Amino acid sequence: MQSFASEFNQAITLIFLGDSELWAIVLLSLQVSIFAVLISALIGMPVGAALAVARFPGRRVLIVLMNALMGFPPVVVGLLVYLTLSRSGPLGVLELLYTPTAMIIAQVVLVTPIVAALTRQVVEMLAEEYSEQLRSLGVSRLASVPVLLWDARIALVTALLAGFGRAIAEVGAVIIVGGNINHVTRVMTTTIALETSKGNLALALALGAILIGIAVAVNAMVSALSLRAEEEGLRHA
Amino acid sequence: MRDLISEMAGCLSVDELQITRKGQALLNVPHLSLDGPGPTLILGPNGAGKSLLLRCLHGLIVPERGQVRQDGALLNADHKARQGMVFQQPVLLRRSVAANLDFVLKRQGLTRTGRKSRIEELLAEGGLEGKARQSARSLSGGEAQRLAILRALALNPETLFLDEPTSALDPSATQMIERMVQRASARGVRIVMVTHDIGQARRLATDVVMMQGGHVVEHGVAQQVLDTPKSLASRRYLAGGLVT
Amino acid sequence: MIRNFVRVNLVALGLLVGPATAEESFIVVQSTTSTQNSGLLDYILPGFEAETGIDVRVVAVGTGQAIRNAVNGDGDVLLVHSKQAEDQFVADGWGVERFDVMYNDFVLVGPKSDPAKVKGSTDIVAALTAVWDTQTPFASRGDDSGTHKAEMQHWQATGIDPTNASGEWYRETGSGMGATLNVASGMDAYVMTDRATWLSFGNRGNLEVLVERDPRLFNQYGVILVSPEKHPGVRSAAGQRFIDWLTGPDGQTAIESYKLDGQQLFFPNAK
Repeated sequence: MQSFASEFNQAITLIFLGDSELWAIVLLSLQVSIFAVLISALIGMPVGAALAVARFPGRRVLIVLMNALMGFPPVVVGLLVYLTLSRSGPLGVLELLYTPTAMIIAQVVLVTPIVAALTRQVVEMLAEEYSEQLRSLGVSRLASVPVLLWDARIALVTALLAGFGRAIAEVGAVIIVGGNINHVTRVMTTTIALETSKGNLALALALGAILIGIAVAVNAMVSALSLRAEEEGLRHA
Repeated sequence: MRDLISEMAGCLSVDELQITRKGQALLNVPHLSLDGPGPTLILGPNGAGKSLLLRCLHGLIVPERGQVRQDGALLNADHKARQGMVFQQPVLLRRSVAANLDFVLKRQGLTRTGRKSRIEELLAEGGLEGKARQSARSLSGGEAQRLAILRALALNPETLFLDEPTSALDPSATQMIERMVQRASARGVRIVMVTHDIGQARRLATDVVMMQGGHVVEHGVAQQVLDTPKSLASRRYLAGGLVT
Repeated sequence: MIRNFVRVNLVALGLLVGPATAEESFIVVQSTTSTQNSGLLDYILPGFEAETGIDVRVVAVGTGQAIRNAVNGDGDVLLVHSKQAEDQFVADGWGVERFDVMYNDFVLVGPKSDPAKVKGSTDIVAALTAVWDTQTPFASRGDDSGTHKAEMQHWQATGIDPTNASGEWYRETGSGMGATLNVASGMDAYVMTDRATWLSFGNRGNLEVLVERDPRLFNQYGVILVSPEKHPGVRSAAGQRFIDWLTGPDGQTAIESYKLDGQQLFFPNAK
């Protein structure tokens, strides 16, 4: 049996020798998750801000629903997206299953509730603080939305990073809708799952190390930004 | 005589004003006219309804009963646009000092160069020169409140409401703010300011409104109200105030 | 590169053009982990892709899931190893026709200490009975895969229902072959695996092959074109081309020549 130490050495070699296969996988992971987070931001931020500022019947229910969706199991999301994109599903004609686009869609479903819920939280907190002052300055409720979004920008970037963290580390959904196809839909997490199942711990470890590196970097950014957001009296609960 | 004054320009008045919460009257003012030329200070203990009255005058709170009038007409959006307000806790945008002022000036449709020179003018007025690029949230308590006043002044208001703007500040910071208020008043801005500081009332006010338990117990020329109060409530407050 | 990627995705999202055109530049093959994890497909597919220009995209899951995905139309070709289920798939109209491709064999792997004393046996049924007698840990796929179905057939032949001991010495992982081997390696359990996955498996720990070469352990692979009648989106021309190649001389030779550690893993037997 190979010792774990030798697996680890091999992993380090893979990372530092710039194994092209490995970096192609890392690049695809980043592309898919960044793209997913950008789309989630376009959907989640306006929705979150609207829920924070607008008052309408059913608003509380929507907020509870959105918060619940934050913890939705990725496998279930994967299954739902699979059923939608399958040739037997409603969007089967688009032929999107087993493409990076399918993985982006799954991650958007996973990340949008996070972005929306955190946006709602922070914008609502800010709206409460600004409400009288903005009204005193003659700013209408609708016109206050861009003001609030801009002033919450640091906390919002934190929300996006949190979403990115969930997207890039997620395996259950993307392996179902992406199919883990070599050179097409194979990303870091699905490769780790595959290589672990092959008992190929070196490549799995190398990717794991990179994933941990990304997670640490993202969390460091989140923590630095949270600190700034906290100085500004804004923090996610 | 009251009725005569209430028709003069720049006059704020309320009639039959009433606000209740859970069956308790928080504010009950049958009639009040604020007409004097100089700063009006609203004085009274905590819970007297001072801040509530101020918010009604500024239209932030719509009372369940009664009317607020300016120059005899019911308070409308045009009136409100010519009013500024400074809160007890300054609410500053999470932007630079200059951007806080620019936010208001932009809404007034000023050109870029016009805004720039106006910002410099305002910063000089508030003693905040050199702090334009600093984050507004990093200002000290006194600086923050000065910026809040400058931002209200940037609206070119006819009336400036201030709700205990110095309650959390040390004497020198308080003095700077009082001077800003006096200068604004001298330029013709109508000042209506809430305080519980009797000394502040003496320093600034031409007329004083004494409040207690949601009622206006006395309204008159400052010196007269402060030195020879007519009502028992005023005498008690002023006596207590002198002790503490 | 990123810009290209964005454009590709916009196209794929149908924002710029309609649904992807069916020019059949690639096919999706629903297959099993054994064909992929063993390295067989990585070895033989480049030959086909070079010859035809058709990219073969392999989704490697358990036989059960592969068949269900194919029923949903999410694949053009099915390449799995559970003859009974494959025949049913064709009989139900989901597939066009089934062809034999190759076989490999299963082996019983277990700890070197071999508490059930089965080493060297060529009788899988007797060996499983011995495992049951000694109550030694046994790791099962438990995932309705081809390997799992084969394992259950052998248990049936012993007359023992091991699932009665589920959670005790009989552990159902509900995972793929590799994951199950990792579990077995971690707790020194017996486990039935296809030889190909075993040979390419890197984390063997204390495990070694104990029972092999029982004819009942042969594992037949079949290939089926998913029915274009049921699913008009199926890339039937390209899919059929792949099947013809796989069961033809080129594919069969390629399968025969694939060796791992000097051992041939799959034995072509297309008719």
